Amino acid sequence: MPTLVYVEDHEGEPVKGSLGVLGKAADLGDDIAAVLLGSGVEPLAESVGAHGAKRVFIADDSALAAPLPQPRVDVLAKLVESEGFDTVLFGASVLAADIAAGLAARLDAGLNWDLVDLELRDGKLVGKRPELGDSVVAEVGWTSEPRLALIRSGTFEPSESGSSPEIVRVDVRLEDFSTKAVMVEQAHEESQGPSIEDADVIVAGGRGLGQAENFSLVEGLAKALGGAVAATRAVVDAGWYPYATQVGQTGKTVSPKLYIACGISGAIQHKVGMQGSGTIVAINKDPNAPIFEYSDLAVVGDVHEIVPKLTDLVQARRGS
Amino acid sequence: MSARPVDFPPPFDAAEFVAEPTDPADERIEVGVLIVGGGPAGLAAAIRLNQLLDEDPATRERLGEIPVAVVEKGRAPGAHLLSGAVVNPRAFRQLFPGMLSEDMPFRSRVEREGLYYLTSKRALRLPAPPTMWNHGNYVASISEIGRWLAERAEEGGAMIVPETAARTLLVSGGRVVGIRTGDRGRGRDGGELPNFEAGSDITARVTILAEGTQGHLTGVALDRFGMQSRPQVWALGVKEVWEVPNRFDRVVHTMGWPLRGGRKFREFGGSFIYPLGENMVALGMVVGLDYADASLSVHDLLQELKTHPLVRGILAGGKRVSWGAKTIPEGGFLALPDRFHFPGGMIVGDGAGLVNVPALKGIHYAMRSGMLAAETALEALQPGRTAWEPGALESYDSALKKSYVWKDLERVRNMRPAFQYGFTRGAMLAGAALNSFGKLPPRDLKLESDAQVPVFIGERSRTFPAADGQLTFDKLSSVYLSGNKTRDDAPSHIRIDRKVRREVAEAWVRMCPAQVYEIGGEASPAGNVVDVEVTASNCVQCGAITAKGGRLTPPEGGDGPEYRVM
Amino acid sequence: MKIAVCVKEVPDASAPKRLDPQTLRLDRSVAGALNEFDTHAIEAGLQLRDEGDEGEVVAVLMGPERAADSLRKALAIGADRAVHVSDEALAGSDLVATSKALAKAIERESADLVLFGQQAGDSDGAVLWAAVADRLRLPVISQAASLEAADGKVKVKRQTEYGYDVIEAPVPCVVAVSDAINEPRYPSLKGIMGAKKKPQDMLSLSDLGLSADEAGETGSRTEVYGLSDPPSRGDSQRIEDDGGSAAEKIVEYLSSHKLI
Repeated sequence: MPTLVYVEDHEGEPVKGSLGVLGKAADLGDDIAAVLLGSGVEPLAESVGAHGAKRVFIADDSALAAPLPQPRVDVLAKLVESEGFDTVLFGASVLAADIAAGLAARLDAGLNWDLVDLELRDGKLVGKRPELGDSVVAEVGWTSEPRLALIRSGTFEPSESGSSPEIVRVDVRLEDFSTKAVMVEQAHEESQGPSIEDADVIVAGGRGLGQAENFSLVEGLAKALGGAVAATRAVVDAGWYPYATQVGQTGKTVSPKLYIACGISGAIQHKVGMQGSGTIVAINKDPNAPIFEYSDLAVVGDVHEIVPKLTDLVQARRGS
Repeated sequence: MSARPVDFPPPFDAAEFVAEPTDPADERIEVGVLIVGGGPAGLAAAIRLNQLLDEDPATRERLGEIPVAVVEKGRAPGAHLLSGAVVNPRAFRQLFPGMLSEDMPFRSRVEREGLYYLTSKRALRLPAPPTMWNHGNYVASISEIGRWLAERAEEGGAMIVPETAARTLLVSGGRVVGIRTGDRGRGRDGGELPNFEAGSDITARVTILAEGTQGHLTGVALDRFGMQSRPQVWALGVKEVWEVPNRFDRVVHTMGWPLRGGRKFREFGGSFIYPLGENMVALGMVVGLDYADASLSVHDLLQELKTHPLVRGILAGGKRVSWGAKTIPEGGFLALPDRFHFPGGMIVGDGAGLVNVPALKGIHYAMRSGMLAAETALEALQPGRTAWEPGALESYDSALKKSYVWKDLERVRNMRPAFQYGFTRGAMLAGAALNSFGKLPPRDLKLESDAQVPVFIGERSRTFPAADGQLTFDKLSSVYLSGNKTRDDAPSHIRIDRKVRREVAEAWVRMCPAQVYEIGGEASPAGNVVDVEVTASNCVQCGAITAKGGRLTPPEGGDGPEYRVM
Repeated sequence: MKIAVCVKEVPDASAPKRLDPQTLRLDRSVAGALNEFDTHAIEAGLQLRDEGDEGEVVAVLMGPERAADSLRKALAIGADRAVHVSDEALAGSDLVATSKALAKAIERESADLVLFGQQAGDSDGAVLWAAVADRLRLPVISQAASLEAADGKVKVKRQTEYGYDVIEAPVPCVVAVSDAINEPRYPSLKGIMGAKKKPQDMLSLSDLGLSADEAGETGSRTEVYGLSDPPSRGDSQRIEDDGGSAAEKIVEYLSSHKLI
């Protein structure tokens, strides 16, 4: 199963999500290659090899400096065809999604996205995609090759096991229309912390906090964990926190790795906005709070006492 | 200790919802006949009008670009319709002569039926009274009926305007000339949000109010034109639809448990369990809102009902797929408005109280009244006539009084009121009324409005089952299943006195199936007065609050539940 | 400016969603509604149209006949014209087949700007814009949090994990807008009542110049095998806070699960 893994890079480093996908690919098969597309990306090849790629293709060109999808589609399409890859994997990101879809159209190749697992079954590649708010999992496949897959961000952890890869430099030849979109100003790292849609960690507060002032407890814990702050509808209704942070049926849907719910009862209107979270920790003084039915760690106690202590311990650990 | 909801009236004045048209003439939308409400009554009126206009093209021409328009506050017709339902096909046959029953929007014919008196463990079969015989009737979903009728109405040329709330009755020169639709895009405090869209005036030559139970403009019109001298009373029905593995084969009604028969409780009602096709069951609990124990909750009584062996068995292995709630006008004949028309318009359907409680029927009366209103409307639209000349719409009232609608309601007029006296006395009185074909009792019983009944905080909630998420469910997850979508930051559409006696507050909190009300802090511990908080976005617009001392007004068009199989 | 907005009908966001046990895809027989994310795209198109002198917003929808309601809603909101791509053979189309048909439909419009909503309430249409843009050989910019058009170019603020990029492209091009870009307008009453009268075209596969094997399941390159339960959350652990030990136990838990 000759597989190509797209490795995204940012500020001189391979992106963690891509490396995780690379590790998974290495689990599934032997013939694993990775591709780096950008400007000045060659130095990243070693690290990429260390994370599981036997071969690393480098498309290094100033025309690829900006993180725009279409030039990358041009290079990938030719590479896939010339090398005969039957599988191309992407770790999902804003950029990767556009590339994968463009490539699917270019090659008339099947693309399955939002996958949380991949396995080989009797020689067939089967992907697992959560549906209906992560309440059921659909098993999906491909009817032709190459097979393209977008893996949900953060699904696989990178592991270093490989060795120095073979490096192959690739020519960069672009279509006219691919270079028409131009990066005028590129984004730099956000200074205020992640938005709740992108955050790996979310600390959410509900009515159990008692009053608006107590949201500082939630903020403190979020900061200590490097996460974002979210709120329930009841709290936003009461004016304690802005609507942009509302999670739930009438707010945002989030699926961070870690969701810590403070003083939230967890009615279904809230649940549907966060039930896809990796690990759910709920702190509530009501032992019968509905949220305890779907949390991984149910903590029955007073948020006003537990959260500050938790924040201190986390800060101590992280040395922050 | 007890208190009466009527002593804490809501900040509501019907006059707020009556106005002259204000849009400049070229911005007003003019239609021929405006029908407010896309339920069976309104849609039957629209369909009948289409038929009549087909035979009278000159009038159709005269009515302009939009001869018949139906405004509906739900996202689509059917979205806000909820009922049992066992339908008498009579009105369908009248509206669609020659149509075969299998082409009508029904689920199945009633094969068998049973009436049971329940205790907490047992079910005693009772002989069903003639009023409840359903031979020849069909089980149906009223939301499906609504969608089906809307399609027929559109095919026939009516324009259906969904997501549009009718907020203000346009009255000019003492006559109703149309409605003004509600604004959309106001913020919590009433201010205009960036996408604010003001309502519009729709003027019409005839306005037919078909808003159903607790219709907003219906209430406004009854008040403005002094049309309702006797009080109406309501029941609250909370209903669920389940997918079940085993086919259920009969129409079941129950009385008794979980309601209490004692006179002080005034708990009138029962449950229904109907098969909705091969693998679905509709069941609901219906309780008169004149109950006296503030801790009673119809939603929770439904949950309790499901734990009865009879019901548990029917639902075994099944899965709840829908939930909803709605009030039913229960006063019957003795609570009808004094007249059914006003200058410029008419009232049809549940809004006019045309429901036969002992037979549990209302849909065919609604449709029949809609048809009769359409016929009167057409007469009033003939050349040289208008709908606001004196007597112009009188023919609707007389047609109604000559129809089976009137006869049926008159015959059973004392049955529901009898139950004010508790179950046993009530059953005796009702039995007498029934057997005498309405001649007994000799003097009609008087009805008292639901809000006048003093409520006390009793112990009813002690036995409500905890939600287990399989058979029994809490209110919030039920609201979710109704498909309710009401904008969070919209202004509250519910008018209540926010500082009331604890007993009244408790009654509202328990009564509301959607958990809209909560008791805030103590407003005045000495006077036993508490604050009431309102989460209007939970509201499924059942109308119970209006019966019990508050006032429901329509939220933004499109908001509210999305019933599909109710 | 001529603007084509691609819209779709999805199962109503508030209706409980189910998977059809037969096709294993989202059961679309339940209530459908115009995809809420697409209303942002319609709004963006209307704003650009109204800024200029002459302009037209065409709503393009691919879906079964029943989806005509959603198209009508797009017209009620303010689109000038509607194009409904509908053909039985298109049922079950995946990204490859859908993007092919949509691209053909949009080609006929010769639009200056093609807009998409960023997501779909049913996740079926995610990433469609990039595939369509490739088939049309047009530049594509996604995640637009703001969109300006002037002098034959569009300027987009694109929201990424790292903040906002500013990207420009000449028209014609394809832009997918995020829901942060605007507050969609409500349809006016006149809009709702006038929608039916606006021009609507119905296109079948043959109108698009496509054959049946380029559509539907035959034209797709992916398939659904079956459903399974999600990995169970596993046993939930419960901690009671007695004398303040809860915080430590939480930290232990988090670290043993490699979360901190």
